[in-house]
Amino acid sequence: MDNNKSGLMKLDPMTPEAVKVKKIFWETEDVFTIELVYDSDEKREFSYKPGQFNMLYAFGVGESAISISSDSSKKNSLLHTIHKVGYVTNVLSKLKKGDIIGLRGPFGSSWPLEEAKGKDICIIVGGIGLAPLRPSIYHILKHRKQYGKFVLLYGARTPRDILYPVELESWRKKYDIQIEVTVDRADSTWRGHVGVVTTLLNYVELNPEKTMAMVCGPEIMMKYAVDELIKHGVTEKEIYVSLERNMKCALGFCGHCQYGPSFVCKDGPVFSFSKVTDIFEIKEL
Amino acid sequence: MKTIDKSNLDKIIGILKKDGYTVIGPIVKDGAIVYDEIESINDLPVGWGDEQEAGSYKLVKRNDDSLFGYVVGPQSWKKFLFPQRMKLWEAGREGRGFKINHSDEPVPKYAFLGVRSCELKAIFIQDKVFNNDMYTDSYYNNVRNNIFIISVNCTQSASTCFCVSMKSGPKAKDGFDISLTEVINKEGHYFVLDEASEKGKELTEMLDAQTATEQQIKAADEAIASAELSMKRSMNTAGIKELLYHNHDHPNWAEIATRCLSCANCTLVCPTCFCHTMEDTTDLTGDHTERWRRWDSCFSLDYSKVAGGSFRTSAKARYRQWMTHKLASWIDQFGTSGCVGCGRCISWCPVGIDITSEVEKIRNSPKNKIINQ
Repeated sequence: MDNNKSGLMKLDPMTPEAVKVKKIFWETEDVFTIELVYDSDEKREFSYKPGQFNMLYAFGVGESAISISSDSSKKNSLLHTIHKVGYVTNVLSKLKKGDIIGLRGPFGSSWPLEEAKGKDICIIVGGIGLAPLRPSIYHILKHRKQYGKFVLLYGARTPRDILYPVELESWRKKYDIQIEVTVDRADSTWRGHVGVVTTLLNYVELNPEKTMAMVCGPEIMMKYAVDELIKHGVTEKEIYVSLERNMKCALGFCGHCQYGPSFVCKDGPVFSFSKVTDIFEIKEL
Repeated sequence: MKTIDKSNLDKIIGILKKDGYTVIGPIVKDGAIVYDEIESINDLPVGWGDEQEAGSYKLVKRNDDSLFGYVVGPQSWKKFLFPQRMKLWEAGREGRGFKINHSDEPVPKYAFLGVRSCELKAIFIQDKVFNNDMYTDSYYNNVRNNIFIISVNCTQSASTCFCVSMKSGPKAKDGFDISLTEVINKEGHYFVLDEASEKGKELTEMLDAQTATEQQIKAADEAIASAELSMKRSMNTAGIKELLYHNHDHPNWAEIATRCLSCANCTLVCPTCFCHTMEDTTDLTGDHTERWRRWDSCFSLDYSKVAGGSFRTSAKARYRQWMTHKLASWIDQFGTSGCVGCGRCISWCPVGIDITSEVEKIRNSPKNKIINQ
């Protein structure tokens, strides 16, 4: 029986495959990144699209849905940037180089980088939400000429919580990209913006007719970001959001990730806002 | 159409067993009709019927020796196709990694005896759930492809039944190998038999079956019609998807929540509810682990939990999720309602919440007049 019509995975989709930790390092106090490679001599490549996620399995503990944060054109290894918040992510954070974990994936929809060609791109992210968009940023920077103006608006809790600070600086220097970073709470060293991420739209010249927005962060932040984008004239159809729900199977069978009629694991996590407009503001949906 | 007597029904069980099937049928256990392995017709609930109402189910002795004189009990056939608890794999620690082993137990070969029309429809619905546009659940489909189905048409309804309004009964129209209608009258006790598959025809040929007379067929049809005519409950499904999609803020959800215990009984007895979770367990050494799949329910708080907390913290939101999914978003997901009108969620709700009347309350509120028309 062909139980994997998607063609995305090699084995039974419920069976994790062994992958080896090549590198693990802390990005901030509670966010770390793991680099994974296949644990076999056989030369195999990872194939995924920006915005997709994997189920990472810590032996004996369980699985967690984690989006991929690496450059999808580099196929020898995978990066996952993970917020240490629960049992599984806590165990994952204690891994050492050479340890083996399980992986199922990739799953889900991806950021619309094809449809975005020729358009101005406005990425708005909050907190760990930068991680699932980093593959898109890599892609756009690599194919910079195919896209119009490129803006990245990023909100973090404090200056110490800013992810990928070195990389942000080098993107700023090397590429045609406007990056604005804000923090909720500043410290004495901070010379940047303070306040919620949506205020950063005031520092950006948007051409709403040709802008596509990609938004990821806590749901409340996405709600305000979407409202603000619409106020600036960006159409709902051109706004994409990435949603988070409880996921157990990632195959559309277990029911946990239901969001109205959608299964976030299979129909999402990336949705055109126009698909979820009617339900986005319903509490406890 | 043919007719067979009780001894030939017994013969069917024998033939199926000889053919390697595990025959599952209705039996009386713990004060209810449940589905379990049977050896012969002696295991069937001879002379038992059931009385059901919102929040109530009891077995009653009938004044005949019918074999299928009950309606539906707390269990459905999903427990065999989609077991309540199932080991997906086990793994042992090896060096700094682990090795996963799959169970090599053979796929069970089941024959289901006594599948009601609404239950058959529920199986068709789960067929769609476990075979989506991207993936196929291997266990479900492996069992499903081997199954032999003997449906039994209903000749009476429980007060909780509403299959007619859900267009799922009381007569099974297709999807079975053999269907039976039990008739008990002055002419005797017999079963009118219909075959719908090659396997069903082959099996019938091995029986001492008579060609059914017009009178016998008429008696069977009348028995089925009496189930239809006696059905007390119904659900008005006109525009139900839009009705529920547009009423997420209806005050009735909060009112239901004052009664609903969030006990999950409705989801467990529902023949189409498919939600499940994954559990990883280890032994004390920490070197052996197993992954189990078990039924879960949208009524539990953990069901919608992510790192930041649960999405549906209130009982109101959880009931709304269950009912809106069952009757509305199910249609978007699978092209069919998730409700077959079996009435189990009504009978087995400890506080007697009745899905048909809750829909009516929303439909009949002044705000919804337009959708109602």
